Amino acid sequence: MRIAVCIKQVPTREWQPRLNDTKTWIREQDASFEMNEPDAYALEEALRLKEKHGGEVVVCSAGPSRVAQVIREALARGADRAIHVEADALANADAFVTAEAPGAAMKDERFDLILTGLQSDDQGFAQVGVILAERLGLAHATIIMEVQVAPGGGADRGAGAPGVIKVKRELEGGWFQWVAMPLPALLTIQSGINQLRYATLKGIMAAKKKEIRATPPPATAVARQTIVGLYAPEKGKKTQLISGSPTEAAKELVRRLRDEARVI
Amino acid sequence: MILVIAEQKDGKLNRATWETLVGAQKLAGASGAPVSVLVPGASVSGVAAELATAQIKDVVTVENPALEPYTPDGFTAALRQAIDQVSPTYVLLPHTYQTRDFAPKLATRMDRAIVTDVTAVKTSGADVAFVRPMFQGKLTADVVPQGPTPHFVTFQIGAFRADQVARGASPAPVRALSVPVDASAIRQKPEAPFQQAKQAVDLSQAERIVSVGRGIKEQANIALAQKLADALGAEIAASRPICDAGWLPMERQVGSSGQTVAPKLYLALGISGAIQHLVGMKGSSTVVAINKDPDAPIFEVADYGIVGDLFEIVPAIIEAVKS
Ligand SMILES: Cc1cc2nc3c(=O)[nH]c(=O)nc-3n(C[C@H](O)[C@H](O)[C@H](O)COP(=O)(O)OP(=O)(O)OC[C@H]3O[C@@H](n4cnc5c(N)ncnc54)[C@H](O)[C@@H]3O)c2cc1C
Ligand SMILES: Nc1ncnc2c1ncn2[C@@H]1O[C@H](COP(=O)(O)O)[C@@H](O)[C@H]1O
Repeated sequence: MRIAVCIKQVPTREWQPRLNDTKTWIREQDASFEMNEPDAYALEEALRLKEKHGGEVVVCSAGPSRVAQVIREALARGADRAIHVEADALANADAFVTAEAPGAAMKDERFDLILTGLQSDDQGFAQVGVILAERLGLAHATIIMEVQVAPGGGADRGAGAPGVIKVKRELEGGWFQWVAMPLPALLTIQSGINQLRYATLKGIMAAKKKEIRATPPPATAVARQTIVGLYAPEKGKKTQLISGSPTEAAKELVRRLRDEARVI
Repeated sequence: MILVIAEQKDGKLNRATWETLVGAQKLAGASGAPVSVLVPGASVSGVAAELATAQIKDVVTVENPALEPYTPDGFTAALRQAIDQVSPTYVLLPHTYQTRDFAPKLATRMDRAIVTDVTAVKTSGADVAFVRPMFQGKLTADVVPQGPTPHFVTFQIGAFRADQVARGASPAPVRALSVPVDASAIRQKPEAPFQQAKQAVDLSQAERIVSVGRGIKEQANIALAQKLADALGAEIAASRPICDAGWLPMERQVGSSGQTVAPKLYLALGISGAIQHLVGMKGSSTVVAINKDPDAPIFEVADYGIVGDLFEIVPAIIEAVKS
């Protein structure tokens, strides 16, 4: 099975946001970056599918040169090779432009399965995977918590019958649903679908020899939305902040919960 | 004209549709545009009549057996034709899992802008900007869709209050739009929805909940939170990453994909307050947040907050409760 995984590099969770001068994006030089969390689960799922059904796992990330960090990490975890669609403008591109970048690089590769995360932790569009599926003419399903490949599903599509997969979609409020669809297909993966593996020293060494193909994005992409302002969220509710040493603050909190809120 | 796409299943309306309708009425108020509601499905006359009580221009039904059960291929094919016929300037949807599944596909097929997870609309004269969270709620953006209309906008659950919908003096007219859908071209074959294991704990009935997030750092530290829960007579719950890691069972997860709770006391330990978590606990009467980051979004919904290290504060609270 030939599987592609789309991976985005996003600011770390500990990062404290600071805005650029035009207040339309962040000051990237202050941020440190990591792999978007659901994308790590998508990569793990791809590696597990390869272990079961054979084939190849190719990771693709679109962004400035800094995203090479998550590409190397993915290769160290076991991906076979990588595509880096490189351009500074991809750092804060909208979902249409972003999806165009790997889309062009993937068209010729004819993957059986493309996995993306369900959502990015920075822009949070929840769009890129679905847009990519439509652009490539693939069947898709979103928010996936389990992937089963039917017998023959891993076969080379050129030679055998078209493969079929069955996936478990997460619905709201603890409900799920199985959906079958033909390959090639695109799935957006939800965090928690599997248990992540981490890179081993051996993996890190092996990654150094793996291919990273750099390619520019297509010039055709047109942005369909513009950020005109970026700012700290307005505080809605009045929170009573309790200060003091841990002991003092704890005592005062318990007093207020007893006497004011009357909940304990 | 503003078009709202209603979400229904087996003739039952998803209440988030009302919230989107309130958003549509707000947007219409600014521009004077009429609002229509489109209801896709196999048999939707009941839902259409329900929606017709709102103050809107009309309800448009798109009935086709190929639309039930829901599939992204079926919905994209049908709605593309329907939207072409109705020709709106905005298409508004609730940001549900179903919308997430098909709306980006539909917008791509029509090559039109789509702005997702919107919490508010800002208008100034003819200019409209949509407000949405970014960076996990650490920042907020004003976004302007570009290019030809219609522009697609999806509203975050809870962005508007369903009970604020303006009702009409008399029911709005309902008209049927018939669009062909080639059922054989639908690639997804969905099975009936199901719930995982029977829930052993019903957190919705709990009076007090101590909820842990990634700030708890290690599985071994869950014991500390459990101690606090015991001292308070509370159930223990968690954010999604804690359950993903297997540190607590899935059935103790609070949020959009877990349980919805409304206890008297919800005490959040090391939870950042992502929207998918907040929708599951916003209804709690008293919310306490303990977080080392003073800017964590959880403080926006907290009644009481302590900024600091939970590993220092929690033992102190256990002491204080016992004395
Ligand atoms: C479709 C979808 C559905 C989802 N469903 C759910 C859901 O049902 N429930 C859910 O919870 N999430 C859900 N999520 C995930 C959600 O978006 C967040 O990623 C998640 O809620 C974050 O969990 P957290 O707050 O524990 O972790 P983080 O966001 O990592 O926050 C950890 C917090 O701990 C604080 N902290 C760290 N150390 C300490 C310390 N020593 N003392 C005090 N504070 C500390 C940090 O300041 C930070 O604020 C969903 C996401 C998607 C896309
Ligand atoms: N720049 C990018 N490079 C590679 N994959 C991306 C990029 N942006 C988004 N994706 C993929 O699309 C998913 C959804 O992102 P988004 O639509 O931004 O919420 C992510 O989880 C990634 O798998």
